[in-house]
Amino acid sequence: MNEPTRRITVTVNGTEHEREVPVRLSLVDFLRETLRLTGTHVGCEHGICGACSVLLDGDPVRSCLMFAVQADGHAVTTVEGLCAAEGRMSVLQDSFCEAHGLQCGYCTPGMLVASHALLDKNPSPTAQQVREAISGNLCRCTGYQQIVDAVLLAASRRSGAAN
Amino acid sequence: MKSAVFEYALAGSLDEAVELLAQHGPEAKVLAGGQSLVPMMAMRLARPSWLVNVNEIAALKGCAPGTGEASGCWVTGAGLRQVDAERHAGLAAGVPLIAQGLRWVGHVQTKNRGTVGGSLVHADPSAELPLVARVLDAGLVLRRRAGSRVVAAAQFFDAPFVTAVEPDECLAEIRWPVWTGGRIGSAFEEVSIRHGDYAIVAACAQVALDEQGRCLRAVLGVGGASGTPIAVEPVASALAGTRLDESDIEAAAAAVGGHLDPTGDVHASVEYRLHLARVLCARVLRAARDRALRA
Repeated sequence: MNEPTRRITVTVNGTEHEREVPVRLSLVDFLRETLRLTGTHVGCEHGICGACSVLLDGDPVRSCLMFAVQADGHAVTTVEGLCAAEGRMSVLQDSFCEAHGLQCGYCTPGMLVASHALLDKNPSPTAQQVREAISGNLCRCTGYQQIVDAVLLAASRRSGAAN
Repeated sequence: MKSAVFEYALAGSLDEAVELLAQHGPEAKVLAGGQSLVPMMAMRLARPSWLVNVNEIAALKGCAPGTGEASGCWVTGAGLRQVDAERHAGLAAGVPLIAQGLRWVGHVQTKNRGTVGGSLVHADPSAELPLVARVLDAGLVLRRRAGSRVVAAAQFFDAPFVTAVEPDECLAEIRWPVWTGGRIGSAFEEVSIRHGDYAIVAACAQVALDEQGRCLRAVLGVGGASGTPIAVEPVASALAGTRLDESDIEAAAAAVGGHLDPTGDVHASVEYRLHLARVLCARVLRAARDRALRA
C-alpha cells in the first residue's frame, strides 16, 4: 500500500504552516520532525506519560494520540510558544527553575503545558488542583513535590504582578 | 510505536461518515477522540485500513434535553467531548451519574479529546461510561446509510470490546433517561491503581426515595468484574420498599457477587474483585441514599 498523504494547514505558536504529510504521522512527530520544534518531547507514544502534551485550540492534549491530519485547521501551542518573549522565560518557566521543578527535564515540556493550561483557567489553584492538573504527566525524578511548589510559586508571582 | 499505513477520510457530516462506512465497513474504524484507538494502532493491536474522522461533525457534539421519542431523556451527541459532558450544568442536573462517573475517567488531556460515544463503543469492561449507560439503560442511536435504530444499553454490550454496532454503523447519539418523581440521589465509586487508570472494580447506584425516605426505585451496577458492565437488576429491585437502612444495603451488597463473573489478573484476584464489588456497592448505595435524603 502506498503511503497516503494529505495537505494540511496548522497554526503553531501563532505561525501558519502548510505541509504535505503522511496521514499516519502523529502530531508530535509532525511538530518535532517536520517543523523541527523539538521542545515537545516524545516519551511513551501511547498516551501514558504526558511528555508530548501541547495545547490544541487552548486545551491540553496528548500530541502522540492525534494524527497531524486531525490538527488541520486548528491552532497548536507547544512549549516554545509559552515563552514570554524571544529568549526569555515565562513566570511559570522561571518558577520551575527557582523551585527545582525539574531534574532530567524529560517531562518538563509536558508539565509546563499542563500547568500553563491550569493557570490560564484557574489563576490561584490549590495544591490539590495542581496535582490533579498534572496527574496525566509522569515525572521519574522529582517526586512531584517541587513541581507542585513551582506551579504554586508561579501562581503567586502572577497574582502579585497583577496587583 | 507508529501506526501501520491506513487510508484516511475526513467526514464533513454524519451522512458522509455512514456513506464511508457503507463502502469500507469491516476495514474501517471511526476515529473520534482516539484516546483508545490511537494507542491500539500505535501498538499494532488495531490495523484498520481506513480511518473515518468524525471529529469535525458539529452535529455529533450536542447536549440537550430530548424531544419527541427522546423526551424524558437528556441527549448527548456521540462526539461530545468528555470534558464538555463533565462540565455541563444541565446534564449534571438531569443525569448526575455521568459527571460522577467522568470524575474517575483519565486525565484532563485525555478528557479534552475523548468522547462520550467513543468510550461506549470501545466497551472496555472496566470503563466508567459504559457502566453508567448500562445501569441507567440508556438508548444508543446507531446510524447507517439506510436509517437508524435505537439499541438499549442492556442489549448493546456483548463481550469485552464487542458491541452491537455493525461495521456500517456509527453511534450518533445517546439518550440518557432522566428520573422524575421522589427525591433522587446517585453515586459512583471505584478502586484503581492510580486515579485516572482503568478501574479494578467500579460501582454506581441511583435511588429514588419518597417523602418518608422509603425507596421507590433503585438501580445498581458493577464494572470490571465481568466481561461487560453488569446491572444487578434483581438485587436493585429488591431494595424497593425498604428504607435503605444498613441491613438492607449490606444484604444487597452481599447478593451482588452472585451476578458477577470476574477474572483474576496481576492486579487483582477473583476473590479481591468480588470483595471490592461488595464494598463498593454498599458505599454507592449509602452515598446515593444520603444524597437523595438531602435533595
